[in-house]
Amino acid sequence: MSVTHDLIQLIQGDRAGKYLLSSLLAVAILVPVLNLLVAESSAFHVSTYVVTLLGKYLCYALLAIALDLVWGYGGILSLGHGVFFALGGYAMGMYLMRQIGDRGVYGNPELPDFMVFLNWQELPWYWSGFDQFWIAALMIVLVPGLLAFIFGWLAFRSRVTGVYLSIITQALTFAFMLAFFRNEMGFGGNNGLTDFKDILGFELQHGGTRNALFALSALALAVGYVVCRYIVNSKFGRVVVAIRDAEDRTRFIGYKVESYKLWLFVVSAIMAGIAGSLYVPQVGIINPGEFSPLNSIELVVWVAVGGRGTLYGAIVGAILVNFAKTFFTGALPEVWLFALGGLFIVVTLFLPQGLVGLYQQTREKYLAGRPA
Amino acid sequence: MKALDQFRETMRRDRVFDFMASTGTHPVHAGEIDTSHGPILYVENINVSFDGFKALNDLTLYIDDGELRCIIGPNGAGKTTMMDVITGKTRPDSGTAYFGQTMDLTCMTEYEIASSGIGRKFQKPTIFPEHSVFENLELAMNMDKGVWASLQFKLTGEQKTRIEEVMQTINLLQQRNTAAGLLSHGQKQWLEIGMLLTQDPRLLLVDEPVAGMTHQEIEHTAELLTGLAGKHSVVVVEHDMDFIRSIAKKVTVLHEGHVLAEGDMDTIQNDPRVIEVYLGE
Repeated sequence: MSVTHDLIQLIQGDRAGKYLLSSLLAVAILVPVLNLLVAESSAFHVSTYVVTLLGKYLCYALLAIALDLVWGYGGILSLGHGVFFALGGYAMGMYLMRQIGDRGVYGNPELPDFMVFLNWQELPWYWSGFDQFWIAALMIVLVPGLLAFIFGWLAFRSRVTGVYLSIITQALTFAFMLAFFRNEMGFGGNNGLTDFKDILGFELQHGGTRNALFALSALALAVGYVVCRYIVNSKFGRVVVAIRDAEDRTRFIGYKVESYKLWLFVVSAIMAGIAGSLYVPQVGIINPGEFSPLNSIELVVWVAVGGRGTLYGAIVGAILVNFAKTFFTGALPEVWLFALGGLFIVVTLFLPQGLVGLYQQTREKYLAGRPA
Repeated sequence: MKALDQFRETMRRDRVFDFMASTGTHPVHAGEIDTSHGPILYVENINVSFDGFKALNDLTLYIDDGELRCIIGPNGAGKTTMMDVITGKTRPDSGTAYFGQTMDLTCMTEYEIASSGIGRKFQKPTIFPEHSVFENLELAMNMDKGVWASLQFKLTGEQKTRIEEVMQTINLLQQRNTAAGLLSHGQKQWLEIGMLLTQDPRLLLVDEPVAGMTHQEIEHTAELLTGLAGKHSVVVVEHDMDFIRSIAKKVTVLHEGHVLAEGDMDTIQNDPRVIEVYLGE
């Protein structure tokens, strides 16, 4: 009762959030309607390819607000947040792998194809249980959360901050990439996990499933946004910003800085994991490339472009940059990396507050210039 | 009862051998500060050196419960380092620092020390620039500062009134919603003093509170600090001798990391050693 009341108050006080949540709702309804109910010949028809593409963007947006939570508010620049995204993705991928059953190339009801190929006789212990969705769902939350907890506990307790922390997060994701490339790890080596057939009994290639996954991604983003907004609006959020601006001072007024950073990091990692788990069934594959440090750096660029420390800025940045990426890699593939690098430099030099900051400044100037 | 008091008097930390005084940490409970022997702070034989430079040299100092103590000394005398040791920022090479009878400050972390009741105002005003004046005071406020408590925190009417009172005292009521980073230097000083007030610690360490203040503001600060003494213990480090003269009952002079002289202002001013190292310059 009081929780609902709090939530309503929270959203009412957040103008940008209201726009965001209502447009997410609109998109979550409109896109499936335009895909499923409008005839393919119509100009308003949205192809299934586009639905999946948009779903992918929404997952990236969820990942971006997870990073904005730790970077924009907590001042913890993680250059390895992709590790949590990929782990969530792998947990989902393992479930989807087990769902294939005897429909694989080798027709083994128990072992995924790559294990048969490697002459493995039985399922490794860490694959057991992944045929149950609830175990997979638990692992999607637990594995990234636990990794973030252990890593954060060690790093924050030792007061590793700033660029040193960024470097070790980068090393963390790189280490995971190398480990997952190895066939002996039992996660499909460099091919990763793919050839998924269905999820919870629904066929993945089916249009309805794709639209449902899209709507779920929109829902997850909305919930993720509200959770983050609740956190940053609470006193916890104010303490976290205080830590970002004057860490020592925060200690001297009696806050255990390590715990605050740790829990912020864990929540963020869990959100990144959930984003990864929704991403994998939509793109149909998860491989060690997702752990690549480059991915995590791209993620930082999205948040920087959109504007950090606002939450919605991260969403705007993730969607715009990925839209540009889709466009450029299709039209001028060799230009993309240069465009991305150039974008990062331009934003760092001229738009420290990102696009959202630019918009706010222009709006303030306009309002100030207008006669009262 | 009389026997117990007698025993306590005999067993004062500053009067007995080391092995007779209790050692080791005590679980931290705010407000459970054992000052039954008189002093609230025992700093004993503290040595700190940085790369061979002895910042504190066998420093021994006691602060009584409820007293207002001024500490003066030339630059490099170790005043700030002493505060760093007491608040846990710097660990001493040797020596002990006890808060009350039981809390060993040298084994406690900064946040434990702060939540057990030691507040500090820094030499350079450090406030939270992106937070409003109100939020700065709220963050400092004495309450459960755990993660979960902060997540669920709702400001009570009582707390709000207290913050408003403090804003009134430090003359920042108009700036209530101003980002603290936009305040003038003097206002930042005030805000930091205000944060000490909402934090409500038993022992306040105040490093150069009147730097950058006008004459009127200095008087106001003097009133404020003398008003706090009694219920709180206050340690003030300051260079402004007029200010010290206006508030001090007991003054400690530090020189080269060591206590050079201690006493009331007149005694200090007439002490030839003090004149030589400090006042005579």
